[in-house]
Amino acid sequence: MGTDHDNPYDLLAEDHDEGQRWAFGTGFTDPLAGIDTSVPDGLDAGALARYSLALGDDALIYSHRLQQWVAGLPELEEETAVANIALDLLGQARMLLARAGGILGQTEDQLAFFREEKEFRNVRLAEHADRDFAELVVRLLMFSAWRLALFEALSSAADPVLAAIAAKGVNELAYHRDYAASWVVRLGDGTDLSHAKTQAALDTLWPLLAELFRPDPDAFAAVDPGGFDAVLDTVFAAAGLDRPTTAALAPDTSGRAGRDGVHTEAMGYILAELQSVARAYPDATW
Amino acid sequence: MVTASSTAYGVAAATPDPEIPMLTIEDLGILRSVDDSPGGGVVVTITPTYSGCPAMREISADVQARLRRAGFERVTVATQLAPPWSTDWITAEGHRKLAEAGIAPPSAAPSRTGPIPVTLGHPASPPCPRCDSPDTRLTAQFSATACKSLHRCDACGEPFEAVKAL
Repeated sequence: MGTDHDNPYDLLAEDHDEGQRWAFGTGFTDPLAGIDTSVPDGLDAGALARYSLALGDDALIYSHRLQQWVAGLPELEEETAVANIALDLLGQARMLLARAGGILGQTEDQLAFFREEKEFRNVRLAEHADRDFAELVVRLLMFSAWRLALFEALSSAADPVLAAIAAKGVNELAYHRDYAASWVVRLGDGTDLSHAKTQAALDTLWPLLAELFRPDPDAFAAVDPGGFDAVLDTVFAAAGLDRPTTAALAPDTSGRAGRDGVHTEAMGYILAELQSVARAYPDATW
Repeated sequence: MVTASSTAYGVAAATPDPEIPMLTIEDLGILRSVDDSPGGGVVVTITPTYSGCPAMREISADVQARLRRAGFERVTVATQLAPPWSTDWITAEGHRKLAEAGIAPPSAAPSRTGPIPVTLGHPASPPCPRCDSPDTRLTAQFSATACKSLHRCDACGEPFEAVKAL
């Protein structure tokens, strides 16, 4: 054990004995290790892979956007909150990419770091760059309210692995949604300036919402729009915010949107940052 | 009959949690089972607290190292997601150790039937683990780890962490 201290880089090795760690989270193991990942008879494995990948991409890209905020938030308490929410979403992304990758014959890292923009299936709301804290909390409210309702429905999905991942995420998403909702109320019902910024954030983000409810032939569950609207209306009423009337961001001329690999300009910049290290050092392990 | 797995259970169960080391993984309800593997060796099944909990890999490595030192050569650590972990899995002993360490233990997890209603404003704040005063308030919904929130006691003035009831 004494020799380890002579070379701290020994401690970076994948496997080391108890008590010799240099930090938590070094080295990665399959997040679905030991779980029966066979696809049940009668299920469309291709659709299951595409849908798991889509939900994993939503979480991966959204998590990256939240990570970019860390060290730039107004208070230390919000730093830990946003970092923890990003971590929860990254955990969901890892399990979902592993689920998809198991069917597609690829690792979660291959899927995260070596696909091109048009192969990412996330909704465009996930890739939006928040311009201020109001946009951060309004976007998180919209995304987490939708994803929570979806994961509640997916908890009884026909694929037991997807159902278990969704059931696992429900508690996390409920907490994210309530965190975002309480901030939307504080800002919307706060000063004239905070109200104006929050309403402006809502008006800016509203066009990205309709895409979440587009029919998806690969989907294993759907969100009831009525229940989703009721959650938002409860928050808007408490916050004194007006439901926007801005038009939805249209799909492209062929009717394709984020789930089809058609993204906004922001997406290329996200991937350039997210994938740069893995692509520069394709043999690296971590 | 003393089987390999029953001895192994005791070794695995005593593994401390890397983030809250005064508690074992058994206290936290992270350890689901230890079984004899059909091909020899033992299979330890653990469950994640949060999807992105970075301690899971550390726990897995610690369990394997402890069992190897105890003479178990072939150890497999498996993950189990369903039923999902909640703070209700923390044992009575876990609650006692948390309070002793100045961390407020969680109240019963909210029951989940039907759509989860949105909560505006802050959830109730637990009694102070140092002076038992109920006169406490939430200062942050997230603390140094995802599983805890941050509070302050207005009676004794001390800040404290609480394990979130989820």
